[in-house]
Amino acid sequence: MALNSKRRILALTGVLAVALTATACGSSDDDGGSDTASSGTSSIDCAPYKAFGDLTGKTVSVYTTIIAPEDGPHIASYKPFTDCTGVTIKYEGSREMEAQLPVRVKGGNAPDIAYLPQPGLLKTMVATGAVKAAPPEVEANVDKNMPDWKTYGTVDGKFYAAPLGANVKSYVWYSPQAFKDGGYEVPKTWAELLTLTEKIAADNPGDEVKPWCAGIESGDATGWPATDWVEDVMLRTAGPEVYDKWVAHEIPFNDPAVATALAEVGKILKNPKYVNGGFGDVKTIASTSFQDAGKQVMEGTCYMHRQASFYAANWDKGTEVGPDGDVWAFYLPSVDASTHPVLGAGEVTAAFADRPEVKAFQTYLSSTEWANERAKTCGTGGCVTANINADPNLLKSPVDKLSAETLTDKTATFRFDGSDLMPGAVGAGTFWKGMTNWITGTDDKATLDYIEQSWPKS
Amino acid sequence: MTSHVIIEFAGEIPEPLLRAQSVAGKFFLMFFAIAVFAVVFGLVLFLASLFKGRTGEKFQGALFVGPAVLLLAVGLMYPAILTIIQSFRGKSGEGSFSTENYVQMFTQPELLLVLRNTAIWVILVPFLATGVGLLYAILIDRARGEAFSKALIFLPMAISMVGASIIWKFVYQYKQTSRPQIGLLNAILKALGFETQQFLINAPLNTLMLIIVMVWIQAGFAMTVLSAAIKAIPDEIIEAAKLDGVQAFKMFRFITLPSIRPALVVVITTIGIGTLKVFDIVRTMTGGQFDTSVVANEFYNQSFRFDAGGLGAALAVLLFVLVIPIVVYNIVQMRKEA
Repeated sequence: MALNSKRRILALTGVLAVALTATACGSSDDDGGSDTASSGTSSIDCAPYKAFGDLTGKTVSVYTTIIAPEDGPHIASYKPFTDCTGVTIKYEGSREMEAQLPVRVKGGNAPDIAYLPQPGLLKTMVATGAVKAAPPEVEANVDKNMPDWKTYGTVDGKFYAAPLGANVKSYVWYSPQAFKDGGYEVPKTWAELLTLTEKIAADNPGDEVKPWCAGIESGDATGWPATDWVEDVMLRTAGPEVYDKWVAHEIPFNDPAVATALAEVGKILKNPKYVNGGFGDVKTIASTSFQDAGKQVMEGTCYMHRQASFYAANWDKGTEVGPDGDVWAFYLPSVDASTHPVLGAGEVTAAFADRPEVKAFQTYLSSTEWANERAKTCGTGGCVTANINADPNLLKSPVDKLSAETLTDKTATFRFDGSDLMPGAVGAGTFWKGMTNWITGTDDKATLDYIEQSWPKS
Repeated sequence: MTSHVIIEFAGEIPEPLLRAQSVAGKFFLMFFAIAVFAVVFGLVLFLASLFKGRTGEKFQGALFVGPAVLLLAVGLMYPAILTIIQSFRGKSGEGSFSTENYVQMFTQPELLLVLRNTAIWVILVPFLATGVGLLYAILIDRARGEAFSKALIFLPMAISMVGASIIWKFVYQYKQTSRPQIGLLNAILKALGFETQQFLINAPLNTLMLIIVMVWIQAGFAMTVLSAAIKAIPDEIIEAAKLDGVQAFKMFRFITLPSIRPALVVVITTIGIGTLKVFDIVRTMTGGQFDTSVVANEFYNQSFRFDAGGLGAALAVLLFVLVIPIVVYNIVQMRKEA
């Protein structure tokens, strides 16, 4: 008891120090000191977070890949939580996060929470022994709000990380106007897609206009858009069951089923008649940044660009995204119209500390309140979560609405981005590199053999 | 009990001194570090002043060298030894003893390619940069506007590697021949009626294109040092040679070159070591893709991206081993001169 009161005094001193520095920085938000101000101002029910005790003045550090301009809306979505608890969230975004996180963890300088963009990275981090298992409150939230996604935060049967954001990858961006002008219909099957491609190519001879544009340059991560192509097509030509085996390495990477999928991708991406509108020959795919690639749709030099829902943020200012707008997305068709495989991805939140304030914040991030707040404070889009209880009507951008619809569609078969689930050495290494070399000239067999031999032995 | 409370308190204060976050805290940390430095320095000087005489000098020497040796041991030797140990502990660097990493390094095709590229860099860059620098130094020596010409070629030295890489990436920028060009080199090709080229994609041309960037940066360094060396050649020697009727080329071969030999050695070895470590240019311009990776870049990828710390360590050790002969040669040459 004596210790307890002593602690409290010390905590108060700490709070005072925070308040002092906060005033020095010109912040007006110093209600951290008093107990009364910490409730009542928040827009959500604070009870679940009050259960973790008095957290006033505590700090939770967050390390993520989400950087400007998308970090602002993300931070805005924490407000109800900070209003409830008086906890300060220290947000740090970095492009180098995936490379830096293991270094920081090894150096004993881990953040409290990291948003991991790949479940594969979660596996690597769990192997270091530094990741804390999810508290029961978080697990309850996930069971209720995102039961299908729980497996992506689970390693060896133990649940660690709640899913956070979600996106849909199986989209083809196009200009509804250009399709109308050319007399083209949105294809319903894979065969129709290939027919349409051939038709556009025949209608546009010469080097200027091509049916497709693509780009896989992405700095350190160059190659990932090409892996998405293979995964999406693999889901269609081989089916979800074989896809799962492939991701788990129960069939080798150079299995005939994978070869079929890669050959099918090659029909488009390696055909100089079909790519790369606005950029040049097949090889230019490797040097074109994925952000730039699709913009040729607006230039009229290509008709289709396969990229995830988050590509919506890449269009130039003033571009109207929507069914009747300048650009819109159609579902990458499956082999026959009766099946709806959907490829998607998202982040999971791994915790490296189990202090009450960290647990409370984890709980908030896995709640429906957060998902709704995220939709409300959303900036340009990309605010879909895996939460099935979130209110889809709160989403503002048409693409987010479409993504939420696709994700909650009962007839759809959802699969997580395979390269994100594979061991990092493959999924964020040789798969990317192999596909880049495939674009610049390596043949199908050599590419698959190269990736297969790189799969970690143990 | 008291100590317990102190530990508790350390957890409660928002800003521990060594992990300062605010501007004020960081400044405070800086002054604290300077104060610690001053105290240590003063202590060394004070202790050294206590020793007098011949034997005292030895103690003084040891005292002066001590802090540096200690810091080198902690900051350089210890990590180096750890790295070597790690390189013999399997792919992750945490397993039991094995030479697997070294075997892989010299057998796996992608890694052999990395070694080949590094060899190309180390052979071409020092000689090209020194050659260009030397030629330039001779051409502008005692010419009009010498200072301006020197400044021109020395300027790239002031640009960071990453900055230079970004500049050259624009120079190499590719657009289809039929479209407006924004890359200087391809604009020239197009104006001359050639097809535009994807300089950074087409191997092995792309490695040469990256090497040009390094030469562009280093030629200024070579020029400056060699120009100073040329100016240091005594006028009497040159006049004597002229009186003997020595022609321009022979003058260079028999007078200039032997006179500036020590400077040449320093320049070539310095650039050679810098080239072995090249990382920024490759990472910024191609990321090691398209068959352009070099040892330092691969070391980074393996260690920090592919979770193969052991293989990364082995590559670092290789780099270390490759640098040794250059350093040894440099030292031997300097001893000869002394």
